[in-house]
Amino acid sequence: MSMKVSLGPIQYYWPRDAVHAFYDSIAKAPVDIVYLGEVVCSRRHELAFEEWLAIAETLAAAGKEVVLSTQVLTEGEGDLKLVRRVVANGRHRVEANDMGAVRMLAGAKGWVAGPHLNVYNPESLRILLGLGATRWVAPIESSGDIVKGVLNEQPVEAEIFAYGRLPLAYSARCFTARRYNLQKEACAWRCLEHPEGMELKTRDGEPFLVLNGIQTQSAKVYSLLGEVDSLREAGVGILRVSPQSQGTVDILRALRDGKGDPEKNQTCNGFWHGKPGLERAA
Amino acid sequence: MTETLKFYMDLVCPAGSLPALKAAIDHGADWVYLGLKDATNARNFAGLNFDRAALAEGLAYAHGRRKKVLLALNTYPQAASWGRWTAAVDLAAELGVDAIIVADLGLMDYAHRTHPGLQRHLSVQGSATSHEAINFYAERFGVRRTVLPRVLSLAQIEQVVKNTPVEIEVFGFGGLCVMVEGRCMLSAWACGDSPNTFGACSPGRAVRWEETPKGLESRLNGVLIDRYAPGERTAYPTLCKGRFEVEGETYYAIEEPSSLNTIEMLPEFLRIGVKAVKIEGRQRSPAYVAQVTAIWRQAIDAALAERERFAPRREWVAGLDRHAEGSQHTLGAFSRPWK
Repeated sequence: MSMKVSLGPIQYYWPRDAVHAFYDSIAKAPVDIVYLGEVVCSRRHELAFEEWLAIAETLAAAGKEVVLSTQVLTEGEGDLKLVRRVVANGRHRVEANDMGAVRMLAGAKGWVAGPHLNVYNPESLRILLGLGATRWVAPIESSGDIVKGVLNEQPVEAEIFAYGRLPLAYSARCFTARRYNLQKEACAWRCLEHPEGMELKTRDGEPFLVLNGIQTQSAKVYSLLGEVDSLREAGVGILRVSPQSQGTVDILRALRDGKGDPEKNQTCNGFWHGKPGLERAA
Repeated sequence: MTETLKFYMDLVCPAGSLPALKAAIDHGADWVYLGLKDATNARNFAGLNFDRAALAEGLAYAHGRRKKVLLALNTYPQAASWGRWTAAVDLAAELGVDAIIVADLGLMDYAHRTHPGLQRHLSVQGSATSHEAINFYAERFGVRRTVLPRVLSLAQIEQVVKNTPVEIEVFGFGGLCVMVEGRCMLSAWACGDSPNTFGACSPGRAVRWEETPKGLESRLNGVLIDRYAPGERTAYPTLCKGRFEVEGETYYAIEEPSSLNTIEMLPEFLRIGVKAVKIEGRQRSPAYVAQVTAIWRQAIDAALAERERFAPRREWVAGLDRHAEGSQHTLGAFSRPWK
């Protein structure tokens, strides 16, 4: 089984032109599947939904499988309306990132059970497959044992977050606005100034986390690029790369060429080995 | 009796031990929630929780006083350990636990199929923040009640209540997660122990305190969470509540060490139809449980009687402040000074 490569949704808030330029480069890049849409904050509106659909058409015309991802944290009716539009798009597959989206998708065919649904065992996956899911994205903190435990009993096309800063937590609070002493409702979209988030360091100067609006990421890049054989053995068929403002296409090429991890000394892979995520095993 | 009123609100209190359970019931809890001595619940701490005999005794104590017991089975099992979680569900049914609190989809399904008569509540760890998500669990698994993550505003909770038949329980007091419960991997990232799979956050085994020339330092698995000047008040190094540096400024970048206290919102909770208020703290002492339960019992009874005229009594606030993290209380997502 050869591995497919996917590109996850953009986690950051980039200017409209930067988003278009990014996906222009992705259309020509060695990637099989592209996940699109705003998944972090409903206040981010550089691109209208119709513009996301236009990007989706361009990528589909370039031979990519396009999946529209739903927002992870939905807080009110406004958020649910956005999710309903994604679910009802009528053209592209949908990645469900909360159980509200799952309810809307139930009975539809071919949707993706996203990484935030907390599917840690085959029984949970079986329920989602019964509702029409045909692909499982493992939880961010998955070890090889968790993935094998699910797939041994419930084989399905499986995907894992394989490269990038991990989306570790979500809150109703915006930590970028907090840094600038702004209220969330009057945030002035300061995250536009941080195309890779804001680094949070410990008081002894160690990079620890990245603040990205309501999302908290790992400061270190998580990389399973050197684990492709054990991923394949566990039953994983798709490796997800998370977009960064620089170097994303290089990573996609490195994956295609099977060159392993070019930045092994700076990245971590602990979760896959059942250890703290920030550690590196082997 | 308050039960005959049209409006009633259950007081749901924590118990990490049999003495705590008795303290909760003696001081006015309607429900007591507890966990077993293993990773099947989200307070998997050494020296805490119930074995079969203690659970049976606790149930007898509660039921003898017409109170109810909830068993929290709110972590996410894996294939290799699946049987431990289903055995816990079976035990709950066998011993006559009044309801179980579950987060995992598969376990919810197991309980629904195997013990349809055992009432099911959706855990806060299930991360259901919208009526769409909550109704999914209601339609598929007959969930009776859900515990909302501590991220919604009052207006948002009101919208949820209006759009679901599921009873809504909210956190009223105690430790505060600023992240959406069930969607936080920070502890797993830094220490390996995950709230979702292991039932622990910022675990004591990973904590180190050290006097250094720069001050007293608290670390979690080696990661510096905070540093204190002489005389500065220290706090447990929960990793989202430390001081960090962002763009040259050192501050509580995620959240201050503070606890949730929503006692002043009780009339609003009643008005919008919240069915239960939950007190956090299964890891706390029986004395904490007794004092906090007694104050909230008085407050709920007063709010039911006084409705809009209700105001928190000074002695309640003082009593609750003594139990706050860093002696600070916040309304959490309800006040949203950051919104």
